[in-house]
Amino acid sequence: MTSPRPPATQDPAPLPGAAIEVERLVKVYKTTRAVDGISFRIGRGSVTGLLGGNGAGKTTTIAMIMGLVRPTSGRVRVLGCVMPDESEKVLGRMNFESPYVDMPMRLTVRQNLNVFGRLYAVSDVRARIAELAAEFDLGEFLDRPSGKLSSGQKTRVALAKALINKPELLLLDEPTASLDPDTADWVRARLESFRKATGATILLASHNMLEVERLCDRVIIMKRGRIEDDDSPAAIMQRYNRDTLEEVFLDVARGRTVAAAS
Amino acid sequence: MTGRVVARAGSFAIAPHRVAAMVLRHWYLLTSSWPRLLELIYWPALQLITWGFSQTYISQNAGFFARAGGTFIGAVMLWDILFRGQLGFSMSFLEEMWSRNLGNLMMSPLKVSEFVASLMVMSVIRLMIGVIPMTVLAIAFFGFNLYGLGLALVAFFCNLIFTSWSVGLIASGLVLRNGLGAEGLAWTLMFGLMPLTCVYYPVTVLPSWLQALAWCLPPTYVFEGMRALLGERVYRSDLMMEALALNLVLLAVAIGVFAVLLRSARINGSLVQTGE
Repeated sequence: MTSPRPPATQDPAPLPGAAIEVERLVKVYKTTRAVDGISFRIGRGSVTGLLGGNGAGKTTTIAMIMGLVRPTSGRVRVLGCVMPDESEKVLGRMNFESPYVDMPMRLTVRQNLNVFGRLYAVSDVRARIAELAAEFDLGEFLDRPSGKLSSGQKTRVALAKALINKPELLLLDEPTASLDPDTADWVRARLESFRKATGATILLASHNMLEVERLCDRVIIMKRGRIEDDDSPAAIMQRYNRDTLEEVFLDVARGRTVAAAS
Repeated sequence: MTGRVVARAGSFAIAPHRVAAMVLRHWYLLTSSWPRLLELIYWPALQLITWGFSQTYISQNAGFFARAGGTFIGAVMLWDILFRGQLGFSMSFLEEMWSRNLGNLMMSPLKVSEFVASLMVMSVIRLMIGVIPMTVLAIAFFGFNLYGLGLALVAFFCNLIFTSWSVGLIASGLVLRNGLGAEGLAWTLMFGLMPLTCVYYPVTVLPSWLQALAWCLPPTYVFEGMRALLGERVYRSDLMMEALALNLVLLAVAIGVFAVLLRSARINGSLVQTGE
């Protein structure tokens, strides 16, 4: 087992260079402790993977970072603002994509992007939609209702929406879930190029270990609401004496410690 | 405590471009779906025709109804402003739940106050789509010209729409907090007020203890005002001012209730799970 994360700072001032600061975060739903006192800090410009099995607390953690769920205790700061109380100050600088939300199905792709472009106060929405259409190859279905798209097309549109405001912070919840390998690979390439071009911070929750190895320079592994490990993919694989993150994931899921794994 | 909750729910400053974006979203939806448009017109028209012919028949056989002029038709139309106004507000909110779009909106820069403002605008737009054809039918079939009420109509309309927004806000908050299993409230909550607001009969019909309760509701003043205008040819501005004062109180209460329910939804995770 790795050493615990350092205790959270008592200083309420935001840390310079941090895109996300999570301090002793707890979320209890009635009798279920979904997130149990986790702390971490994500630097600007990094790509961090949040891993864990079902019920590990990833989605609840991301929901608290987004301000959709209020923590039972602890604190989340995003780009220096406390969530959810100061979310209005920061939501225009971030964006997200998740398979748990959809865009209105009767609206065409162009109409949906137009609405979100206006909500995010994009200066030239039409030009931005044209850019995104070219980048994500949306041209052939730009004027088709969103509800009539395939899963792969929907994911591309959702990513286009997530990038419409060129966010400083991008939160992705299983961005390639239910995609075929080719489309998933295509999506990863787009995310990599976006990060390289803009220097944005990306936090992604995923069950796809290859995806995490390829995209992330840091991995946080959660289990039963707690952080089990937190390091670079290479360091974690070395510590568990494994060749892939998938093997590490199985070790963690099945309760094998670092010592036992090695 | 409520004040703090309201403050945390979002500042009340409104950016018109974001409200316009939300109105555009619902306009796209309405214009892409003829059943939605038809539904807005169909029921009000049906109700007007049914009640209009009923009044025509009764007035030929009873002296009181003959004297009452267009009281019944007027009541039908004003009730529809109240009910359809609330439904227009709540349906626009429910569209976000049905399409699983609420998470996208809550994660966007759209403030709660702007979201609510867009629902108010949409309630008026939906209402106009349904009510304008109804007023034309009333003139054509029954010779009843709602616009003939002049400035009184403006006072009636404003008071009714304010009440409809308050009830719509509370219904939407309940759905937000409890999920789509509570969506029936959006359709039925207003009907709970119907007997007390004395749509089709004067307040004096109620037992005295119920009359006190009825006078706590702004629409009661509007329907009494409408009967005074059509029956006695008297415009009761005092009733309209009292209704307006009560509406301001009701709207403040509705905003507080919505803010508490939104906060509760954030605590129990309802914003992430928007199903039943």
